[in-house]
Amino acid sequence: MMMYSEKVMDHFTNPRNVGEIDGASGVGEVGNAKCGDIMKIFLKIDDDGVITDVKFNTFGCGAAIATSSMATEMIKGKHIEDAMKLTNKAVAQALDGLPPVKLHCSVLAEEGVRTALLDYFTRRGEEMPEEYKPRHEDCDACFI
Amino acid sequence: MNIYADNAATTKVSKTALDAMLPCFAEAYGNPSSPHHIGQEAAKLLMAARETVAGYIGAEPSEVLFTSGGSESDNQAIITAAVLGARRGKKHLVSTKFEHHAVLHTLKKLEKEGFLLTLLDVHEDGLVRLEELEAALRPDTALVTVMYANNEIGTIQPIKEIGAICREKGVLFHTDAVQAAGHLPINVKDQNIDMLSLSAHKFCGPKGAGVFFVRKGIAITSLIEGGAQERGKRAGTENVPAIVGMAAAFKEACDNIAENTPKIRALRDKLIDGILKMDEVILNGDREKRLPGNVNVSIKGIEGESLLLMLDHVGICGSSGSACTSGSLDPSHVLLAIGLVHEVAHGSLRLSLDENNTEEEIDYILEKLPPIVERLRSMSPVWKKMKEGK
Repeated sequence: MMMYSEKVMDHFTNPRNVGEIDGASGVGEVGNAKCGDIMKIFLKIDDDGVITDVKFNTFGCGAAIATSSMATEMIKGKHIEDAMKLTNKAVAQALDGLPPVKLHCSVLAEEGVRTALLDYFTRRGEEMPEEYKPRHEDCDACFI
Repeated sequence: MNIYADNAATTKVSKTALDAMLPCFAEAYGNPSSPHHIGQEAAKLLMAARETVAGYIGAEPSEVLFTSGGSESDNQAIITAAVLGARRGKKHLVSTKFEHHAVLHTLKKLEKEGFLLTLLDVHEDGLVRLEELEAALRPDTALVTVMYANNEIGTIQPIKEIGAICREKGVLFHTDAVQAAGHLPINVKDQNIDMLSLSAHKFCGPKGAGVFFVRKGIAITSLIEGGAQERGKRAGTENVPAIVGMAAAFKEACDNIAENTPKIRALRDKLIDGILKMDEVILNGDREKRLPGNVNVSIKGIEGESLLLMLDHVGICGSSGSACTSGSLDPSHVLLAIGLVHEVAHGSLRLSLDENNTEEEIDYILEKLPPIVERLRSMSPVWKKMKEGK
């Protein structure tokens, strides 16, 4: 088993933004229990399109919890235009890297955020830009 | 507090073993194949180690081959049986679904080369059924290989009875006794065992030494070619320090089985009872027919690796069969073999005790574990769904 960076351990032992949001503007759940990771992201978005609050619930390994924590930190207070552009690489980099077998956890975090944003767009009857839509159900994403 | 509860992974080398090993590095450092006195000193130690190990498993010294460990012994036993079987047109191999990978991967490799494989079910309790084993045997069966005790859930198989069935049918019987050796009694004659594997580091010996027992009269196939060590069946200069340490550790473990077993079993039962007090936790494997030190539970709603990291944070070393700890995306094949669904297998925790563990340590684990589980469950969508579903 490979060692995690100090940042990963910090976000794992003291995860930020754990919880749920009642009356969230968008909710996204990704992953499946078969693979061992499920991430649920809740967004509160104001009228200007700014993410005023974000929470997560995650079932998964240390990396899954840490990437959830980091991804939510990275989009908190951001405009949805910027939040949409969050990539798994950026999450992994912000955590000072992840062991190769754990990179799929950062993919899950990116997908989680984008799925919650897609839910937000859908609820408003708007179209999410195609390039930022989650790839969904794309299990191959786990093997990159 | 630092608690080592991962003795099924490996053990701390005992003082007895260490003391026996040390002279082999700088005093009796000779090559046992050398005829001079320094070499012969090592040869004597090697012979004594062979006699010790043989004595404690009811074998003849000539039936004991030293190897690098359990995996090598398992490989050699299976290849040996396959070669013998193939010569007589017997290409059917029987084993179980939850063997160690050293057995399963070797069998799968042979399957690709044309052998036929039957893997017996181990049911929910992690135990082989004798009638199913008997029914699986065919005229072309070359080998039955069933582990003595499972490395993850600790269940103990009816080895003697399996051996008797094999004897009657004229089929070779191998048992991977890596987890059992030093913890359960072994007598290859009484238990009808033709071949057996054991590994030093599972009973407080050093890593890198193991035993391959082969009953007299079975032609062994060597995996490593070279010198005439180990009767030409396992080339390479013997790892004298590790072998000597193994023999000392094995003697110590076997001599103390009667004293240690009830003590370790009491700790195990206390730990199992305490853990099962938590909501939605199941014990994996039969409760009675299990190794004295094995605790394996599935804690629903959480994932094993995050649990291990949190436990490690408070000084507790355990193990899990979750995918994340295996380096793959699949959870343990053992847990799937006893019928667990993936998400429950991902939440497994193994705590394996030995004579070095104390009651205070069990109390500490039982104090620390529930709040950690609580915390992980509080952030788990799987747990929330489970609770809402009720």
